[in-house]
Amino acid sequence: MNQKKLERNRLSLVTASTIPLRWFSLLGIIAVLVMATVACGGDSASSSGSDSASSNLSGGIAIDGSSTVYPITEAVAEEFQIAHPDTRVTVGVSGTGGGFTKFCTGETDISDASRPIKDKEVAMCAENNIKFIELRVGLDGLAVVKNKANNYLDDLTMEQLAIVWGPDSEEVIMKWNQVDASFPAEDIDLYGPGTDSGTFDFFTEEVNGEGGASRGDYTPSEDDNVLVTGLAGNKHSMGYFGFAYYAENMDKLGVVKIDGVAPSNETVGDGSYPLSRPLYIYVSVKSLQEQEQVREFVNYYLSDEGIAMVTEVGYSNVPADELAGTRATLASAIAGN
Amino acid sequence: MSSENNPSRVRSGLGSSDFRTNLAFRHLKGRMFYLLCLFGSLVGILLLVTLINDIRQDGFSYMSKHFFTNFPSRKPEIAGFHGAIMGTLWVMGIVAITSFPIGVGAALYLEEYAKRNKLTSLIQTNISNLAGVPSIVFGILGLQLFVRGTIGYGPAICIGEQCGFGRSVMSGALTLTLLILPIVIVAAQEAIKSVPPSIREASYGVGATKWQTVSSHVLPQAMPGIMTGMILALSRAIGETAPIIMIGALTFVAFRPEGPLDPFTAMPIQVLNWISRPQAAFHDLAATGIVVLLVTLLTMNTIAVLIRVKLGRSSSR
Repeated sequence: MNQKKLERNRLSLVTASTIPLRWFSLLGIIAVLVMATVACGGDSASSSGSDSASSNLSGGIAIDGSSTVYPITEAVAEEFQIAHPDTRVTVGVSGTGGGFTKFCTGETDISDASRPIKDKEVAMCAENNIKFIELRVGLDGLAVVKNKANNYLDDLTMEQLAIVWGPDSEEVIMKWNQVDASFPAEDIDLYGPGTDSGTFDFFTEEVNGEGGASRGDYTPSEDDNVLVTGLAGNKHSMGYFGFAYYAENMDKLGVVKIDGVAPSNETVGDGSYPLSRPLYIYVSVKSLQEQEQVREFVNYYLSDEGIAMVTEVGYSNVPADELAGTRATLASAIAGN
Repeated sequence: MSSENNPSRVRSGLGSSDFRTNLAFRHLKGRMFYLLCLFGSLVGILLLVTLINDIRQDGFSYMSKHFFTNFPSRKPEIAGFHGAIMGTLWVMGIVAITSFPIGVGAALYLEEYAKRNKLTSLIQTNISNLAGVPSIVFGILGLQLFVRGTIGYGPAICIGEQCGFGRSVMSGALTLTLLILPIVIVAAQEAIKSVPPSIREASYGVGATKWQTVSSHVLPQAMPGIMTGMILALSRAIGETAPIIMIGALTFVAFRPEGPLDPFTAMPIQVLNWISRPQAAFHDLAATGIVVLLVTLLTMNTIAVLIRVKLGRSSSR
């Protein structure tokens, strides 16, 4: 009887202990599979690299910063990576401020920015002995948009925009005829980006004279597609966002001229449209001088082929004479002046 | 349902006509509760159906072979998900390898070894609280601890030029490990608790040591529950965006990570980037990415169910 019990116990010991073994073998198989995929990956990557290698350029290029500039840098990086398969370009979107924090601690080689560097960021770079150059790569227009069916909001002056959007207009300017007597007495319905966005900062700075000063009784959204939907739903609405979003939604929305100028690649590029903001890349001089791949990348960025990406992704080119100046800045930084 | 011989009803002393209306009301209550429960379970399913229907409309327009083999591109028609898929695989692999031993070890300690005292209950409470900490907080912790290699005081831990793990697969994986550890520990504890004490007693009774008891009886019996909890925790980690954005996972990575110290991107980050583009074609790409992410998640959950069914059967023999 006792013998039997012991026997059974031993049996159950055996069956039970095979279970973890089986599990460990399964884990092992998974591990092997993962390694195999990775190894295969490594193989094909290096073989394709040696097949199409047109240069022996290699090494990493770390880029981070503004999500507005990101599409340009992504496009340039994509082409550069194809031409130089052994380099490793990485682009992040930490925002302009977050990008500068990483740039000024030496974590990145290039920083995308949708505004000029601030004094306190310059101080931070200086503290860590990071020297940099500022290169203007393109321009982004802010489109003031309306419902497609709206027939009176054709042209507004900057002053009228300030009346509509000013912080003092909250709960005061509620009908369109308060902005201009010729407009109908319809309720104003406003849409715009949330207060965290760089677009909001720029618009309030330009229109209301102070970054962040805006009326609060409008519909904010960080998702521009939500704004498009809102604007398309009300005939008496108005809003603002990046020109690229308007260009994608021309079938649903109309654009409001500012001081008689409608936004287009030309008017944004030459600065005649008042609501256009410059887009920058900041490059570490040390990386530029010491790392060949960074030097080649920035040279490619400013080349005719690279700068053509700006319009391809929906922004406007800087005028030709200014581009020549930017190229000269780069050349002299590489030469070490 | 024979009401005549229910003693409590008789004792309540209600007249027969009263009794009948009361009964109808009770049935109604029961029925309403049933409908409430049904509604509760349908909400989840309806949400899933709506979500699938929503992404189905444009989720398959970019589903093709090169979506899985190409890297991100400015041209939606050749843009692919490959870097994100590989990055996620790398990160999840390391998360699985690190969180399993730590999580199960902690659970075993708390259930099998720790004395029931104030310290143990303090640890227990902290683990439960950690499970409720917002994921972005883990991101901030990971940025400091793993990316920069500091604990807030003193110099960073550096090997040569490299301090911490940098913005690498390793940093992302360790951050996500911290994030899911509380879930893994609690799930493993529940599984270990459900092993009947008689099994431990029988094992001790035939002279097995604590180690033999735990390794040959408790752990195998608890394994289905542990694996289920583990896979569900992993499927939470796979969709997390905030902490890995915080530690600096990148958006444009046109190469595969080839080691734990390489930079990476992950599926939710790529989806987030595509969805914030103005062009409608990128929104369709994002929808396709969501389909891939959803299928991965459902597959993982299915595996969890299969393991529970299969292992549950074999270990109850």
